[in-house]
Amino acid sequence: MQQNQRSSSSGSSQSPRSPQSQPFLSVSVSDPVKLGNGVQAYISYRVFTKTNLPDYQGPEKIVIRRYNDFVWLRDRLFERYKGIFIPPLPEKSAVEKFRFSAEFIEMRRQGLDLFVNRIASHPELRLSDDLRLFLQADEETMERVRAQDLGIFKKPSDLMQIFKDMQSKVSDVVLGKEKPVEESTPEYEKMKRYIFELEEHLGEAQKHAFRLVKRQRELGQSLSDFGKAVKLLGACEGDSLGKAFAELGTKSEELSIKLQAEAHHLLMSFEEPLKDYVRAVQSIKATIAERATAFKQHCELSETVKLKEINLDKLMLTRSDKYGDAEAEYRELKAESEEATRRFETIVRLMNEEMVRFQEQKTADMGVAFHEFAKGQAHLANSFAGAWRGLLPKLEACSS
Amino acid sequence: MRGFGGSEFSVRRRFRDVVTLADRLSESYRGFFIPPRPDKSVVESQVMHKQEFVEQRRVALEKYLRKLAAHLVIRTSEELRMFLQVQGKLPLSTSTDVASRMLDGAVNLPKQLFGDSRSVVTPHEAVQPAKGGRDLLKKFRELKQSVTNDWGNSRPPAVEEDKEFMEKKEKLFDFETRLTDVSKQAESLVKAQQDMGDTMGELGLSFIKLTKFENEAAILDTQRKRAAELKNIATATVRGSRMYRELNAKTVNNLETLHGYLGAMLAAHNAYSDRANALLTVQTLLSEVSSLQSKADKLEAASSRVFGGDKTRNHKLEELKETMKITEDSKNYAVREYERIKVSSAEKMANLWSKVAEDTRGYVKDSS
Repeated sequence: MQQNQRSSSSGSSQSPRSPQSQPFLSVSVSDPVKLGNGVQAYISYRVFTKTNLPDYQGPEKIVIRRYNDFVWLRDRLFERYKGIFIPPLPEKSAVEKFRFSAEFIEMRRQGLDLFVNRIASHPELRLSDDLRLFLQADEETMERVRAQDLGIFKKPSDLMQIFKDMQSKVSDVVLGKEKPVEESTPEYEKMKRYIFELEEHLGEAQKHAFRLVKRQRELGQSLSDFGKAVKLLGACEGDSLGKAFAELGTKSEELSIKLQAEAHHLLMSFEEPLKDYVRAVQSIKATIAERATAFKQHCELSETVKLKEINLDKLMLTRSDKYGDAEAEYRELKAESEEATRRFETIVRLMNEEMVRFQEQKTADMGVAFHEFAKGQAHLANSFAGAWRGLLPKLEACSS
Repeated sequence: MRGFGGSEFSVRRRFRDVVTLADRLSESYRGFFIPPRPDKSVVESQVMHKQEFVEQRRVALEKYLRKLAAHLVIRTSEELRMFLQVQGKLPLSTSTDVASRMLDGAVNLPKQLFGDSRSVVTPHEAVQPAKGGRDLLKKFRELKQSVTNDWGNSRPPAVEEDKEFMEKKEKLFDFETRLTDVSKQAESLVKAQQDMGDTMGELGLSFIKLTKFENEAAILDTQRKRAAELKNIATATVRGSRMYRELNAKTVNNLETLHGYLGAMLAAHNAYSDRANALLTVQTLLSEVSSLQSKADKLEAASSRVFGGDKTRNHKLEELKETMKITEDSKNYAVREYERIKVSSAEKMANLWSKVAEDTRGYVKDSS
């Protein structure tokens, strides 16, 4: 996988560790296995880690994880690394009967593998303790930790609420806030607009790509039925004409098989990567929401500190006994405000770096995906042309 | 063609004339695969806009007349010539005049019931299958015969001898079933291709939008390069969609031929029932001959016991012998007609197969 190759190169260029042995961290998610019974049934995955990083147990380790464990990791990283674009997870829900279909499981496995690999190749995220726990802890510990942290983290729905608050300037005015507490530099506006529009365009392309998969499958089925019917018709004829019909039928069935194979390839190598980037953009939107929260806190605390400062000066002038307490309060608040400002500025800096990284990765990944698309379509078209071309001389021969 | 007197001419005809032509042809050319005429479809003329309906009918009539003209035997028919050439009212008497048929039948029936030999019909008429009102007695007899055929649970001897025919008939109807299947599958293939073309078009458009957007927002050079490549893919996708549409248009055209064959199957069905009817007539006449024969034998035996002969019985015998002779003639005519139909069926079958071969070759080539 591309990500694995990048992990070693980015590790050596950005890591502050010793340059003697290049630190690497390589992971894979594989072997989905159904566990449990009935309603409680779920899929477990094998997570394999190969690394030379200190703090990690041995050169290789295998653990068993389930989808909810991955969700835990994502939530913790999101909480701890504000400003960084956390890699997206494959979809949570699925229609019941689809949940254990081979295709869905494979799509999910692919998505989980991509998720962990992106974390492992991110210069900051790969150093996270949460990642280490996820990759190394035994299953009971993992389950215990996950159960503990349930409900502590912000759910995506909470974030969306913050988002909505951020976008409703009107309600701010109604609530009596004098200024809208929202960042609005031209660069930031541009970035936000880009992200929102990108989601639209990618989403549309993904929607049609999914439909195309369906169409290819339908065409494949149609060709197969047609081939069978033609073969039966040919059985009514004799000699060369009958043979020609049989050939036509056989070729149709062969092409039908190729179509089905190509449809699967299109799904896994093109549609899924597109979908993955739609999710990635949605993750960026969550980071944008975090930035808005941080900005709001920074603004509000700054305001409060200013007011407190004015108040303090008043108290000093009036030589009040409350001055001492007020001053202590003021210092505390000032520290908090500076912290909030620092947090916000970190997020801004990180996001700028992340945007560049995101564009690089997206360009590369999308390039591969579109290449696969073109390759697949060309392969299919060639198969069709070849099949019919081979059939023509046979048909011409029996036009006596 | 000779016999037409002139190379170009035009007449005005109404739809009822076409119905007359079709009926007369089906009488004169029994056993042939006669192309089916356009439907009367009274309902449609009320549902559709008059203009639309008239145009549709015109197209169908043109197709029908062209098929008749292409039929090697029917194109030489007098009925067709009259239809195409004679100005003014069509001089073909309609054979579907229900009132006169009923009248005919009613007039003939008493004579037939009372054994009036002078009212026995001519061989030519005898050979036609009983048509409802025209020949009630004949109808009864044929009904009795076909019941005998069925209930006797034995195949009529005339058919058993022609195993080859039965095989060919089964083969043809087999062919029809499979042809119908292919036609159905071809239709869903066309729909699937249509959907493919549409979706590819929409996908291509979404690519174009995406690449334009990314190009405008590009901050890296690699992005710009990729955007250009994506544009190529987008164009190719849209082109692919257009190709599917073209392919589909061609496929639909070729389907026309396939559906034409299903129409031909209908002609085959009619020809087969002509033949079956002819056979029934032959058998009816055969058993009539044999029952007349036994009557004659009985009479002869009876009158020979009377000294000097029995004048009445002898007279009856003479009459009976006359009836027998005429019936025998009818039977011979019927057998000849049946044989003729057999031959023409076989010929037509051979023609049909080769025409199918010709046409479906073109269909397959174009679907590539």
